[in-house]
Amino acid sequence: MTQLVLEQALNGLQFGLMLFLLAAGLTLVFGIMDMINLAHGSLYMVGAYIAASVAEQSGSFVLAVIVAVGATAIIGALLELAVLRRLYRRDHLSQVLATFALILVSNEAVRMIWGDQPVMLAMPEALSGPVEIGGFMYPAYRLLIVVVGVVAAASLYLLVAKTRLGMWVRAGASNREMAQAMGVDVRRLFTIVFAIGAALCALAGALLGPLLAVQVGMGESILILAFVVIVIGGIGSVRGALVGSLIVGVSDTLGRALLPTLLREIVPLEIAASLGPALASILIYLLMATILFWRPEGLFPARA
Amino acid sequence: MSFYVESRRRRYAASVVLAGLAAFPLLAQALDQGFYVSLMSRVLIYALAATSLNLVLGFGGMVSFGHAAFVGLGAYTVALLTSAGAVSAWVAWPAAVAVSALAALFVGAVSLRTRGVYFIMITLAFAQMLYYLIVSLKTWGGDDGLPLAARNILGAGIDLKDDANFYYAVLACLVATLLLVGRLIRSRFGRVIQGIRENEARMEAIGYPVFGYKLACFTIGGALAGLAGALLVNQTGLASPNQMFWTQSGMLLVMVVLGGVGSLYGGALGAAALLILEEVLSGYTIHWQLGVGAVLLTVVFLAPHGLAGLATVVARKRHG
Repeated sequence: MTQLVLEQALNGLQFGLMLFLLAAGLTLVFGIMDMINLAHGSLYMVGAYIAASVAEQSGSFVLAVIVAVGATAIIGALLELAVLRRLYRRDHLSQVLATFALILVSNEAVRMIWGDQPVMLAMPEALSGPVEIGGFMYPAYRLLIVVVGVVAAASLYLLVAKTRLGMWVRAGASNREMAQAMGVDVRRLFTIVFAIGAALCALAGALLGPLLAVQVGMGESILILAFVVIVIGGIGSVRGALVGSLIVGVSDTLGRALLPTLLREIVPLEIAASLGPALASILIYLLMATILFWRPEGLFPARA
Repeated sequence: MSFYVESRRRRYAASVVLAGLAAFPLLAQALDQGFYVSLMSRVLIYALAATSLNLVLGFGGMVSFGHAAFVGLGAYTVALLTSAGAVSAWVAWPAAVAVSALAALFVGAVSLRTRGVYFIMITLAFAQMLYYLIVSLKTWGGDDGLPLAARNILGAGIDLKDDANFYYAVLACLVATLLLVGRLIRSRFGRVIQGIRENEARMEAIGYPVFGYKLACFTIGGALAGLAGALLVNQTGLASPNQMFWTQSGMLLVMVVLGGVGSLYGGALGAAALLILEEVLSGYTIHWQLGVGAVLLTVVFLAPHGLAGLATVVARKRHG
């Protein structure tokens, strides 16, 4: 039992870190530019597809991840310059409509290039086996994801907390007009932030590719989770996004693994079998509703 | 922004459209294109759903991202009642309205404590909870949904199994809804909720019970969505959890924004434009979504107030 809990907790940590890669970009775009970007999940999908193509052509997983991250960052920057830049001054509803349109366009573009069927992205041969940590076996590839996730989160933290660019970003998130008045080139900052967000999306897409199916629509299901994360964490706060991601990742994974078993102890088997998965799926939304009820601004409000 | 005033010209245009819609099944049957009657029924049902969302969103100023849940609840209520033997539309449809209204009352009472983006997210959260609950309930069909054995019985010799009769029933529901919503937004209640949309703090200071007004508006919107759900399950013959997924709520939002937020006919116009565009484009290419996306982007940049706003601009230009 403890081993199951430990293993699932590690899985939860891994899922949470990947969620963080998506949520970090989303929360910055939302916090600084006050923009609802539904198409954020599409960048995650595009990243995964590019990684799958490069991996198939070259046979190198590392190269695939690097190319996917670079190419998606460029796509993100171009998207910002061509379309999203015109939406910052518009109301949230126009942004929802426009970025919903972008979802349709990118889904269809991906379908035209890669076809309807899910694409395979194989994990590197060397990492396909398990490794032993602290007395139990754990898949090496999942461990790698945890490590890469931690490194990415740490570098993002350093970038935001210690560099000049990070200072501008924080200034923009807490008060955009004031930052602009102080001489921050907000327009260029927006493009850079968007490119970084896109790169993080691609990293998550490429890393999760071998575990989940690379298919059209993969962005939509994870997008809503990323929104839940940033609302729990507090919009505009990278620290909040990290805490929110870990809470959502761990509670979702543990809930799915343990709730059906726990329910079996208290209610009859057939009820537990159908109620368990439902409760596990509902758990994170319940969590969000509860947190918003007590702290309507999220756990770490960026605008103090 | 100001109070919604319906111009005489717009009311005239609406009656012309209504006459056209009333003649549509006869025309389609004369041309032996019966398929289009069923398609138009679907368009009218979504027009009703979008109109109910526009009451909440456009006039009440509440961006609800979970409206499809109320549509889906209406559909499930009708499917469950019908399979339990309550086949009369006069029983099943009002029940659907009541169930959706109750759900909206509960969701609204909790969600309206938050505002802005947090309201968007919490309404979404409730809709997703309901979606996952329904998916997991194997007795109600789970993923596959709950089929409706046969369309409900209206009585008075009108057989809804006939597509043209069903079309007229849907049209009647849509017209009744538009009349009701039109009446509502001209009433004192409508003035107050539009006042709250413009400046909530001021309305509160004047002494209006803001929370109660918003909750009432949200509940009425949910009830009407339930009616749309009751019609939808009769049209498709299936209550499916997919009808409640967040992308469906997003689709309804897109219809309202496309048609015109806070315009009486905005929801209906947007629903018709989007569904007909989909139908026409899918006849030409399998990549029709690309075209729909491009059209939506064009509308965002060229017609900031939606199609209804565009119509006003054109009319103003022509008449000076």
